[in-house]
Amino acid sequence: MKIPQERIRNFCIIAHIDHGKSTLADRLLEYTGTIPEREIKEQVLDMMDLERERGITIKAKAVRMVYKAEDGHEYLLNLIDTPGHVDFNYEVSRSLAACEGALLVIDASQGIEAQTLANTYLALEHDLEIVPVINKIDLPSAQPERVRREIEEVIGLPADDALLISAKEGIGIKEVLEAIVKKIPAPKGSEAEPLRALIFDSLYDSYKGAIAFVRIVEGKIEPGRKIKMMSTGKIFEVTEVGIFSPEMVSTDSLRAGEVGYVVAGIKNVKDTRVGDTITDAENPAKQPLPGYKKAVPMVFCGVYPSDGEDYEKLREALEKLQLNDASLFFEPETSAALGFGFRCGFLGLLHMEIVQERLEREYGINLITTAPSVVYKIKKTNGEEVMVDNPTNFPEPSKIEHIEEPYVEASIMLPTEYVGAVMELCQEKRGNFKDMQYLSEKRVLLRYDMPLSEIIYDFFNQLKSRTKGYASLDYEVIGYRKSDLCKVDILINGELVDALSFIVHKEKAYTRARQLVEKLKEVIPRHLFEIPIQAAIGGRIIARETIKALRKNVLAKCYGGDVTRKKKLLEKQKEGKKRMRQLGKVEVPQEAFMSVLKMG
Amino acid sequence: MDTLALYIHIPFCIKRCAYCDFNSYTELEYVPSYLDSLKREISFYSNIEKRISSIYIGGGTPTVLNEKELSSLIDAIHRAFNLSLDLEFTIEANPETVTKEKLEVLREGGVNRLSLGLQSFNDELLKAIGRIHNAEGFLKIFFMAREAGFNNINVDLIFGLPRQRVEDFLNSLRKLLDLSPEHVSCYSLSVEEGTKFYELKEKGLLFLPSEDEERMMYHSARSILEKGGYSHYEISNFAKPGRECKHNLVYWTYGEYLGLGAGAHSFMDGVRFYNAYGLKDYIEKVKAKGEAVESRERISEPEQQAEFVILGLRLIEGINKEIFYQRFKKDINLVYGKVLEKLEERGLIVNDKKCVRLTEKGLDLANEVFVEFLP
Repeated sequence: MKIPQERIRNFCIIAHIDHGKSTLADRLLEYTGTIPEREIKEQVLDMMDLERERGITIKAKAVRMVYKAEDGHEYLLNLIDTPGHVDFNYEVSRSLAACEGALLVIDASQGIEAQTLANTYLALEHDLEIVPVINKIDLPSAQPERVRREIEEVIGLPADDALLISAKEGIGIKEVLEAIVKKIPAPKGSEAEPLRALIFDSLYDSYKGAIAFVRIVEGKIEPGRKIKMMSTGKIFEVTEVGIFSPEMVSTDSLRAGEVGYVVAGIKNVKDTRVGDTITDAENPAKQPLPGYKKAVPMVFCGVYPSDGEDYEKLREALEKLQLNDASLFFEPETSAALGFGFRCGFLGLLHMEIVQERLEREYGINLITTAPSVVYKIKKTNGEEVMVDNPTNFPEPSKIEHIEEPYVEASIMLPTEYVGAVMELCQEKRGNFKDMQYLSEKRVLLRYDMPLSEIIYDFFNQLKSRTKGYASLDYEVIGYRKSDLCKVDILINGELVDALSFIVHKEKAYTRARQLVEKLKEVIPRHLFEIPIQAAIGGRIIARETIKALRKNVLAKCYGGDVTRKKKLLEKQKEGKKRMRQLGKVEVPQEAFMSVLKMG
Repeated sequence: MDTLALYIHIPFCIKRCAYCDFNSYTELEYVPSYLDSLKREISFYSNIEKRISSIYIGGGTPTVLNEKELSSLIDAIHRAFNLSLDLEFTIEANPETVTKEKLEVLREGGVNRLSLGLQSFNDELLKAIGRIHNAEGFLKIFFMAREAGFNNINVDLIFGLPRQRVEDFLNSLRKLLDLSPEHVSCYSLSVEEGTKFYELKEKGLLFLPSEDEERMMYHSARSILEKGGYSHYEISNFAKPGRECKHNLVYWTYGEYLGLGAGAHSFMDGVRFYNAYGLKDYIEKVKAKGEAVESRERISEPEQQAEFVILGLRLIEGINKEIFYQRFKKDINLVYGKVLEKLEERGLIVNDKKCVRLTEKGLDLANEVFVEFLP
């Protein structure tokens, strides 16, 4: 039984972490009978363990529901899940482009957060119908009236008929479904036009290859047809199409307005780029859908196996991860200190942490990672322009005409009482104040232009700690700006350790260098000899600490009963030594390489 | 007949010291049932076909036992084992728990060596580390022991105590040498998990002397003792000629020993085994099966070699290469060639034709040496 296009609704949920998006999604699935209650393993949409632990959705997914509305008709509801983090902004925008409407879910006691605001604006740009939903009204701290005012004043949306629900308690679920049906418009595109399908996500399957998750905007797609990826011109033959219910179920075809998946013997997710348009190879559309961008890694770091023998294993793991993550970049790299490894590029810090964690957890590889770096644009005196994502490749100071670094516009939402503290932080982070907007009596939106390198350097933690966790952050890259930067090198026992070099604004070089050598003094164990730790710009030493020689390491007692215990103690010492990196005569623990990031 | 060292554990104390992580309890009401089990365990091993060359009753504080308890314990030992004629028989004693009567019982039972826990002559320091005796109490007991006929006495000192200064420790040492004990153990304080000191240290409230001061105490003690006619024969132990502790030498020369009582360890025929650790657990186990072994571990040959070297290097004379060869039928230079070379290069050991031993620097950094021998 086919449900006509005018009874299809494609929507997504915009919400801040912990505001209840996944719980609401579960309730909708339950209410429409898409999944029986007992099979819901808490939050079906977040599939990876990691996502569950962090309470965030990393990759967009979709699910189809059939809902019999009060008007007696059956409606086809496609919920497209969106990632909730700033690193995945582009993916969010593509998911939004696949929808006609969005539920804006806001926690009744927390109010609007920076990320929610950014995504709501994004949704409005795509002309989505926004349905405000105030969640967690069962909590004693709920202030639905305040949140309603915020929606009206901050976003400028009428919020009189905002739905008051509790997803956890199952209150107001039916009203949500009715609002979807009544307020969100049906998809428009015609089935008669040439095929245009928007890829909003993809998945790698070891049997089927790269599977594209699509919204059919116009036309129709079915097995046997030849399709063309409009960004690359590559052609594939469709072997299967289907829908998410929520597991993949194959169907005869997908037509304009529908959401589903396409299998076409595509070997690599690089050929199912999010935002790309699929068209019919024989009857191609004239124009691709607007808004395609190739995801560009913004943050780079060195990833090394802590046991050199794991190098091949690491390569294989990265290759596997890349199968599902076209935005992950990597290439082999060698460090004098760390040996063979990879330079990896990520969309942002969270993306980086997720990849590192998956490598360690799912693939069981112990990693040493170097501090993350942004990509610098360096104009050399000979007129050449180079992009540098690794401090090691920084040209000699005398050969540099000028340096540019990426800037972002950061939006920070916070309670008014922390404005002073946050402004101070932004100032420290070389931010340029843009404006401040009162969202309500108690909440403020601050906007700063800031170097991305400062954001990746412990900014979020600092922001959280200076606002007791009440601030939220969103940022968008706005381009490159000239900066007065320099490279600081670290010498341990007189030898340069390439993996510890970092790039920093000249005014901060001294402080950061001090902090780092102090930190290194803390984490490097004492040796039998004295070890100088120095920081240098070019040939000039700007900071020095000395690790004193170890004078004593001896067990005073060892009698019959002690042998086993004391041996264990020694074994622990030996184990500790094993995990060290040998740099010249000095053994350096792996955490030292991350200490560049954890200073301050 | 092969010889064997015998260790007996008395896990009771009147009060726990702030630095001590030994297996000991203050619930003295368990003493009678514990002794019953201990005596049963002793008789369980009575048909062992080895001659006992040394006995060491340690703790805890063995002298918390009363005269009757002490004498019945010693009786049980005499009844069960074949003791060698030149038996060394040591008991540990803490000044506060010793009486003239107890000393007499011990003498009569053949105990010929006394190990007294003094730790320091500084009363304030003694109080601070949780000792229940003072310097005066110690002196009284020391002379009482001499009078009772003990002509082989060890005294324990600890250095590197919180807020202790170099001079303070050396004062204690000099005062002790005036008494001319046959043997002195000088232990560097180590802060072990589960002790009061550990807690304080974690909170940043334990004010230990600097490492330089601590080492100065050790180095000065060495020279004072050596000048006083004591030979430094193990990392922490000093003795007048011929008064080295025979029992402890068994551990360091990788000999065999049988340990009885709660948590006691034994090493025989290449197997290490140990008793149930908890009081009640130990008592129950002995009741059920006559002994209380909780676990046995066969030590592989590479591990035996490592243990042999690690224990042997604690001795100032080091390990004799010939003895290593006799024991393992392998040349130590072949087994540990690279390690020995590296350690010698770092100035931590002397490796000559006959033996391997720690250098002065190696004595301070013995663990750096030991870890290299672990398989």
